Amino acid sequence: MHGLINRAIQCYVRDNYGRERWIEVTHLADLGFSDFEAMLHYDDALTEAVLAAVSRSLGVPRETVLEDIGTYLVSHPNVEALRRLLRFGGVSFVAFLHSLDELPDRARLAVDDLRLPRMELCDHGDNRYALICRGDHAGFGHVMMGVLRTLADDYGALVFLEHKGGAGGSETIEITLVEAAFAEGRRFELGAGAG
Amino acid sequence: MQGIDHITPVLDVLCPMHVVLGPAGEMTHCGPTSRKFWPDDGAPPARVFDAFEVLRPRGIADMGSLLAARGEKLHLKKRAAPRTALKGVVMPFGAGGGAVLDLSFGISIMEGVRDYALTSTDFAVTDLTIEMLYLIEAKSAAMEASRKLNLRLQGARIAAEEQAFTDTLTGLKNRRAIDHILSRLIESGRAFALMQLDLDFFKAVNDTHGHAAGDAVLQQAARVLVEETREQDCVARVGGDEFVLIFEALSDRHRLAEIARRIIARIEEPVPFNGAECRISCSVGIALSQDCHPPSQEAVMADADTALYACKRAGRAQFRFFGEPENAGGSGPRPGPRQKSGPPPG
Repeated sequence: MHGLINRAIQCYVRDNYGRERWIEVTHLADLGFSDFEAMLHYDDALTEAVLAAVSRSLGVPRETVLEDIGTYLVSHPNVEALRRLLRFGGVSFVAFLHSLDELPDRARLAVDDLRLPRMELCDHGDNRYALICRGDHAGFGHVMMGVLRTLADDYGALVFLEHKGGAGGSETIEITLVEAAFAEGRRFELGAGAG
Repeated sequence: MQGIDHITPVLDVLCPMHVVLGPAGEMTHCGPTSRKFWPDDGAPPARVFDAFEVLRPRGIADMGSLLAARGEKLHLKKRAAPRTALKGVVMPFGAGGGAVLDLSFGISIMEGVRDYALTSTDFAVTDLTIEMLYLIEAKSAAMEASRKLNLRLQGARIAAEEQAFTDTLTGLKNRRAIDHILSRLIESGRAFALMQLDLDFFKAVNDTHGHAAGDAVLQQAARVLVEETREQDCVARVGGDEFVLIFEALSDRHRLAEIARRIIARIEEPVPFNGAECRISCSVGIALSQDCHPPSQEAVMADADTALYACKRAGRAQFRFFGEPENAGGSGPRPGPRQKSGPPPG
């Protein structure tokens, strides 16, 4: 698993629960080191061990941990860059949803050895959508639940999300857009980032 | 102007940063994005040459010269602050002498987006500007992650060097190694001899021929020390031009004297460097662990140091055992076949 993903889990635990909790997780997972490097690769088994350890340490199910990680990724000030990169996907929440098809390619533009699960958005009409995530790692759909929920707030949209489970490496999220412009949302200035 | 009015809505979508020009250079229409160049001052200037300065090609100040550059890449600068740098291209239309000037930020895109508070909708759908901004941010974030990794690796390297037992310039052992070896020897109670060796006239080489020459001399000295000692002996560089040699289970003064004599002789051989010859010598103080009661790391080192300074006082380029009376002339001058007391020439 790419170091960026492992590092994301580490930063989620550290920023939300403190460094001590993270150290406890590394012991529970029998990691043998205390910090993931964002630009290196790690054995997939380590990622699973860490997720199981976080789940045990926090006393919540794995799915909840994954969804919280998704929320963290697009809302915590320490990872503001990621939120901005996702907001480049579109000017509205619906435009953003449609940009998810190309998210793995966008990720590869930034970090060429980062492989994200493929995503496909189906428009069922009447403001109902289904997002199908296909990848080698079960649970990515739960991360996307957190991302979508939080970015909907970011865009000021009111949505209803449901994880429909999955089989054979594919997970489905049903999305119902209740109101596209429900609230003010957070500002997104194109030029506020790099430079 | 016949023929342009019905097409301006098309231009507004396809190239929102365009300006429609009349035959005298009057700006008859601004696309929705180019309109944002004059946010607060109300209307844009009436004539295009009051709005923008054409930097290249040179000498463009009227419609005739502007249209002569049709289809070419133009470098422009907005006249009102901020003096945004722009790229542009102009093409005439119809028979009335009008033209369309299309603009772009080019490389100043970051400033442009910030100065005019532009959003995604200010760019044509087919424009790659948004992708470019995305890439700039994504690459900066990735670079930052790499930079942090490099900093951590650098820190780890420094830490590793601090823990290392090797002197990086000469490949000899370092002071940390000496501490480690001496404390083990003292603990085990085994007899050993310790030589404290200072290069003489080394500073003169550095001053005359430069630090690269100094490094070459140090490396040559290191080679000599390794070649003139046994495999199991320890040779370390403990300071700029200071070396320590430890001889385990060797306390025969004659053999030690012979080793010291050979070392001095070989170190005095000139080292060629960039056509020059660097000449140095060395002083050697020798201490035996059996002369210390009880032996300790500090005491043996101090004895060798005392002997070394006796050599220095006696004129350098010689060796001396600890405990030898200074007026005995030192061990260096006594049986040595090649006796030198002054600095070699050069």
